[in-house]
Amino acid sequence: MKVLVAIKRVVDYNVKVRVKADNSGVDLANVKMSMNPFCEIAVEEAVRLKEKGVVTEIVVVSVGPTTAQEQLRTALALGADRAILVEAADELNSLAVAKALKAVVDKEQPQLVILGKQAIDSDNNQTGQMLAALTGYAQGTFASKVAVAADKLEVTREIDGGLQTVALNMPAIVTTDLRLNEPRYASLPNIMKAKKKPLEMVTPDALGVSLASTNKTLKVEAPAARSAGIKVKSVAELIEKLKNEAKVI
Amino acid sequence: MSILVVAEHDNHTLAAPTLHTLAAARQIGADIALLVAGQDVAGVGFAAAQCAGVTKVLLADDAAYAHQLPENVAPLVANLGRDFSHVLAPATSNGKNLLPRVAALLDVDQISEIISVESADTFKRPIYAGNAIATVQSSAPVKVITVRSTGFEAAPAEGGSAPIEALAGAADAGLSAFVGEELAKSDRPELTAAKIVVSGGRGLGNGDNFKHLYSLADKLGAAVGASRAAVDAGFVPNDMQVGQTGKIVAPQLYIAVGISGAIQHLAGMKDSKVIVAINKDEEAPIFQIADYGLVGDLFEIVPALTSTL
Repeated sequence: MKVLVAIKRVVDYNVKVRVKADNSGVDLANVKMSMNPFCEIAVEEAVRLKEKGVVTEIVVVSVGPTTAQEQLRTALALGADRAILVEAADELNSLAVAKALKAVVDKEQPQLVILGKQAIDSDNNQTGQMLAALTGYAQGTFASKVAVAADKLEVTREIDGGLQTVALNMPAIVTTDLRLNEPRYASLPNIMKAKKKPLEMVTPDALGVSLASTNKTLKVEAPAARSAGIKVKSVAELIEKLKNEAKVI
Repeated sequence: MSILVVAEHDNHTLAAPTLHTLAAARQIGADIALLVAGQDVAGVGFAAAQCAGVTKVLLADDAAYAHQLPENVAPLVANLGRDFSHVLAPATSNGKNLLPRVAALLDVDQISEIISVESADTFKRPIYAGNAIATVQSSAPVKVITVRSTGFEAAPAEGGSAPIEALAGAADAGLSAFVGEELAKSDRPELTAAKIVVSGGRGLGNGDNFKHLYSLADKLGAAVGASRAAVDAGFVPNDMQVGQTGKIVAPQLYIAVGISGAIQHLAGMKDSKVIVAINKDEEAPIFQIADYGLVGDLFEIVPALTSTL
């Protein structure tokens, strides 16, 4: 079966972001960009399913700026077979991305779509669920285990009190949580090979999708800073402070 | 303004995040319908009707809603939602699973995990793991929003007497089925609802050493959490994880034991009222946000704390 993996180019997770002085957003000039960590897990899961012989073809797609080709090449080096970039401006909202992905799903007809549960920049946690709504497919979000059994997909999900397992009709949408797998690193020969794999560029217009949004970001501020308190010398002093100063015990 | 709030429950009890979401709803407007979708949920509906500020309870009682499968619940919420100006749900794993599906069915963008209501159409929410706060305005005819519980004091669970309206016409979409669940059992309070949280990190060294934290927690009536480092190292199960990718907590007192204070962890607990850090490394970043820091060996400090309290 064919699997489609959606990935996003985001600020590298090791970068400590700073808010711009004019409060228009965060400063992304000259900072390292990478594949969203949850999307790396999505790519890894697809590659493992291919290694098990469950999946025959992995198509990786990104909806974003021209520079997202770098992250698509990374996915190709990790084991995806071909890539599609839907070229669009940077800060798209989730519904627009889901609509673009729906158009790609219509064209590619995958049996399974794997996405990261959320991007570490916008922290929305929406796109997979929205794509499931638009395609009318079942969704297995926050997956910590994925198994294909006959015509069903069994997904174990991380929920607030523990784990939940659901059986989904296919085609299905899966979003990854942290403990689904540990992504591999791309080897140098595979990075070289990835340069020759096909990467198709399409525009949202060509797919016939609108990228309009009902959300508008008015400003972005730094969070209120929490200042360091005091160091206490002993357990007795700590208990005294908690009882008499903070009054929390 | 008319607001539809999706209740969080386990078919038996109305869960606390519902009350925090109601508090956000009351800052938006006064006409609030609380939807209880589940199976055999008459008791939850009764509790919902008592909540202060609720003007109407909508009760959707059907086997199709028993496990909150979004394939079944999202069409229900979307169809009801068309008649409201806002649809709110708690940013729990259920709410996060369900509401974007509702938003897409309504063809609107969602605003995730709001921490404040600026006006009926403008909200604040954290982005970049809480390293920035965005103010977002929605022009959607129906504003679809998840609410982070720590941003709002719980609305009172008593004082209301709303009428209960039963909804008919449930259908199983036939796309998905519940197979099973493994829920952690504990006599301690739930992490996100506890007044005191004791959390352990890599400094604990192994899972067995968490016993020191359990003893302290039991003395304080506290919940026990962990950093991602401790979870990834296999010391404790992942449902104990506090942080950006785990639980977001804001208790009265947070005691971080053997936790260095990675940004990821701080994002999950920095809104706690009082933070205590116990760590042998006095340069650990956790001390930069702690109200009270104690540098030393946690294996001496924690038992001493437990026996002195």
